[in-house]
Amino acid sequence: MTSLTINEREVTVTSGEDTPLLWVIRDELGLTGTKFGCGIGLCGACTVHVDGRAIRSCITPVAAVAGTRITTIEGLDPAGAHPLQKAWIATQAPQCGYCQSGQIMQAATLLKDFPEPTDRDIDAVMGGNLCRCMAYVRIRKAIHLAAAELKERE
Amino acid sequence: MAGLRFPANPDAPASAARRGFLIGAAGAGFVLAFARPGRVFADPAEAIAASAYEPNLWCRIDADGIVTVNIIRAEMGQHVGTALARILADELEADWADVRIDHVDSDPKWGLMVTGGSWSVWQSFPLLSQAGAAARTALIEEGARLLGVAPSACTARASTVSAGGRSIRYAEIVRRGDLSRQYSADELKAMPLKPASERRLVGRDTQAIDIPDKTDGKAIYGIDARVAGMLYARPKLPPTRNGSKVLSIDDAAAKSIPGYHSALALDDPSGTVPGWVMVFADSYAAAIRAADQVQVRWDSDDTAQVSEQQILDHGAKLIADPAAGARVFDDAGVEDAFAQAASVLEHTYTTASVLHFQLEPVNALAFEKDGRWEIHTGNQWQSLILPTLAKALGVGEDAVVMRTYLLGGGFGRRLNGDYAVPAALAAKALGRPVKMVLTRADDARFDSFRSPSIQRVRMAFDAAGAVTAMQHDACAGWPTEVMVPAFMPKGANGVAYDPFAIAGADSWYGVGAQRVRALSNDLANRAFRPGWLRSVGPGWTNWASECFIDEAAHALGVDPVAFRLRLLDGKGRNAGSAPNAVGGALRLAAVIRRAAEKAGWGGTLPADTGLGIAATFGQERDMPTWTACVARVRVDRQRHRRRRAPDPGRRRRHDRASRRCTRADGGRGAVGPEHGAARGHALRRRPGARHQSRHLHAAADRRCAGAGHRVRRQHRGRGRARRAGDHGGRAGDRQCAVRGGRRARARSADPPRRGARGAGAEVRLTVAASMRWCGARFARTLNGFAAPAARFPRYARLSRLRAALESSA
Repeated sequence: MTSLTINEREVTVTSGEDTPLLWVIRDELGLTGTKFGCGIGLCGACTVHVDGRAIRSCITPVAAVAGTRITTIEGLDPAGAHPLQKAWIATQAPQCGYCQSGQIMQAATLLKDFPEPTDRDIDAVMGGNLCRCMAYVRIRKAIHLAAAELKERE
Repeated sequence: MAGLRFPANPDAPASAARRGFLIGAAGAGFVLAFARPGRVFADPAEAIAASAYEPNLWCRIDADGIVTVNIIRAEMGQHVGTALARILADELEADWADVRIDHVDSDPKWGLMVTGGSWSVWQSFPLLSQAGAAARTALIEEGARLLGVAPSACTARASTVSAGGRSIRYAEIVRRGDLSRQYSADELKAMPLKPASERRLVGRDTQAIDIPDKTDGKAIYGIDARVAGMLYARPKLPPTRNGSKVLSIDDAAAKSIPGYHSALALDDPSGTVPGWVMVFADSYAAAIRAADQVQVRWDSDDTAQVSEQQILDHGAKLIADPAAGARVFDDAGVEDAFAQAASVLEHTYTTASVLHFQLEPVNALAFEKDGRWEIHTGNQWQSLILPTLAKALGVGEDAVVMRTYLLGGGFGRRLNGDYAVPAALAAKALGRPVKMVLTRADDARFDSFRSPSIQRVRMAFDAAGAVTAMQHDACAGWPTEVMVPAFMPKGANGVAYDPFAIAGADSWYGVGAQRVRALSNDLANRAFRPGWLRSVGPGWTNWASECFIDEAAHALGVDPVAFRLRLLDGKGRNAGSAPNAVGGALRLAAVIRRAAEKAGWGGTLPADTGLGIAATFGQERDMPTWTACVARVRVDRQRHRRRRAPDPGRRRRHDRASRRCTRADGGRGAVGPEHGAARGHALRRRPGARHQSRHLHAAADRRCAGAGHRVRRQHRGRGRARRAGDHGGRAGDRQCAVRGGRRARARSADPPRRGARGAGAEVRLTVAASMRWCGARFARTLNGFAAPAARFPRYARLSRLRAALESSA
């Protein structure tokens, strides 16, 4: 039994303590927006936020995040209208889309750390999120677009 | 089951469309009037009972004016539903804001369900246009009646029929009208279509309907399917793809894993997954761990010891036999031309096995419900695997349905639906729903990967350097022969061949007497299950032929663009034909000219910089998409000096060409007037010397005077690609764009190795900026999975990390 907060909801999960957070999120909690790509922290498809930081849920035992606040793609914005999500649509970034939840979650912390990211910042931070469709150019464009919107809001 | 259907978000635009094909093809008439409530995702059968207007198999219009287009093609990142819906909606004169798509489940009424080969838009265009036009005609007729005017006085625009100052919305026509007209198949075929100048949707920029759900986690892929009471499964994969038998299963160690259920050897009447053992658990996390603990002993056939090199060597032997294989082109006089040639150029090209590596590992959920088997998974070729599933389950095909989901990448992997079979067998054996998911490593091992290939290309020249004959022999494992032999046409010599393992070699160049020979590598076919990988054939056949054309140009001392233009004379079979290949070779020549012009071909370039060109026409000669690409390459002499020199011998196994240069005169005479100059590098090498190359290397090499092969190999280049395209007509810009990028992307799946960057850099250059960012990293990842640990410490570290996590329990 592990207690945690997921997308502002307090839950107690029964999966074994060593169960990767990914499978707890997907199979026990039924939030399937977080994806399984490699299972060894290499592709970034499983990226979620733990206390606001991007982590790879496929190699994070659920016990390690007990008591933390977890955010998945479903909880990034209640209306699905986070500046990044809007930018993703505006730039038509996704192709097959399977990696995009992880890309967006990673990009969300990127923008916290680098409110006005350069291409180099983006490449450095996003380099661990793979896209087999090669949507990288549009992803980078979308991140710049979202950064501009966030700046405008201030 | 509604929750399992795509799309997950009932508020989002939906997906639907595949009926018109049957109507057009089978000759049945169709009834126009159906009524149903406004539930977009309802089963079509339910819809018929309700109150929408369903003019044909391909669309329906409900009382709110929502137009739902049925889509029978798989969505895997190409936004195909949007593209197809726009074809129909354009002729229908529908308001695009009212259009939804429905990715339908398998049903015989849809006809052939396959998504591949860039066929979807091209093949569907006439049918969906006619379906839209028929619906528009009926709506205009009924709208005219309701308005009290003649149909000829009416026009349709934006889901509204207008006459003079009066108008009526489609929604109102559906609500109030009497839509019951039937059309015969001939009437449908004769349905007048709009001229291209009247198109309001096709060819214009738009937002893809599937994208919003892909940004907020609502998109549902096969791996997200679930049903109450299902068990999770992970397989234990046998040592060989064919011919393995389970001797024993020991699951003692797995029993201590919480949630472990059982392990079971599958009995497969279809022969799809011989030697498979399934490990079941209450959760997938437990299934992963339990499978690691289950010990299985197998008896395997001789293919357990077959290496890629053996397959290539076997291919070389087959090519050496002049009687072997199917002759796709077999002009008279090939032997004579080579015998009488003043000189002959010959090169051999090999490509390595290439994984698909779609990011979503293959998976399937299977269960029986009300006497029917439901298979929930993402798939590209339902019509191919349904008979196999029926055989495996021992039921009729009508007792199996494939529910449609988004694909987390296809790339051709999901054309082969073999992964659905073990899930179905397991569900049958256990008598309860089973959801099977492969781990990334399982997925790589079970991939139906692109066969390694070997190709020999030869060209004969007369004393003036004119091309008199060409022969292209390509040998590889044949996916079509293994999985769907009925799809194989016959060559000129009556031998059947896999069109997807030779298309591209049948090029548009006028080369005198031409022979194109396709050879099946039977050792490959036995040792693994060859698969189709995007492109499909041109991913490797066209690579060899374009390398060769470039090398021939250099051997002759002729500019590669000028040489291509000279050969593209548009004569004989290269004149092209209506409706899709109008213009033929001359069209490809025009594209090459345009690409060269845009890239500044022939102009002055900075030091250490060169241009290289390649051209292709897509997959098939009868649906060409004329494409040319110029890469600008700069050699960075400083950076690469720090890297170790690559070993050409090792690299050869990784999709680099080995080139052998032979000449009819024994290597002494001149191939062409200028060949003796230093740039005739292909002939400078020792006969028989192995050398790796990429087709775009030559120009850079040529411009780096004095640099030579060694420099080219050791230095990392940088550059940018220019591409020009001329789509084949009605297929539209979308297909053109896909074509343009595909060639490059297909290559990106070929894993460059560490230490080979000097050579690999040139390839990356052709694929535009996206590859510069993550391509190399991803390629290393691919390679890491194919051959982990030793070469990629990071992979090993993460493997250990996972092992540590697992054992820390």
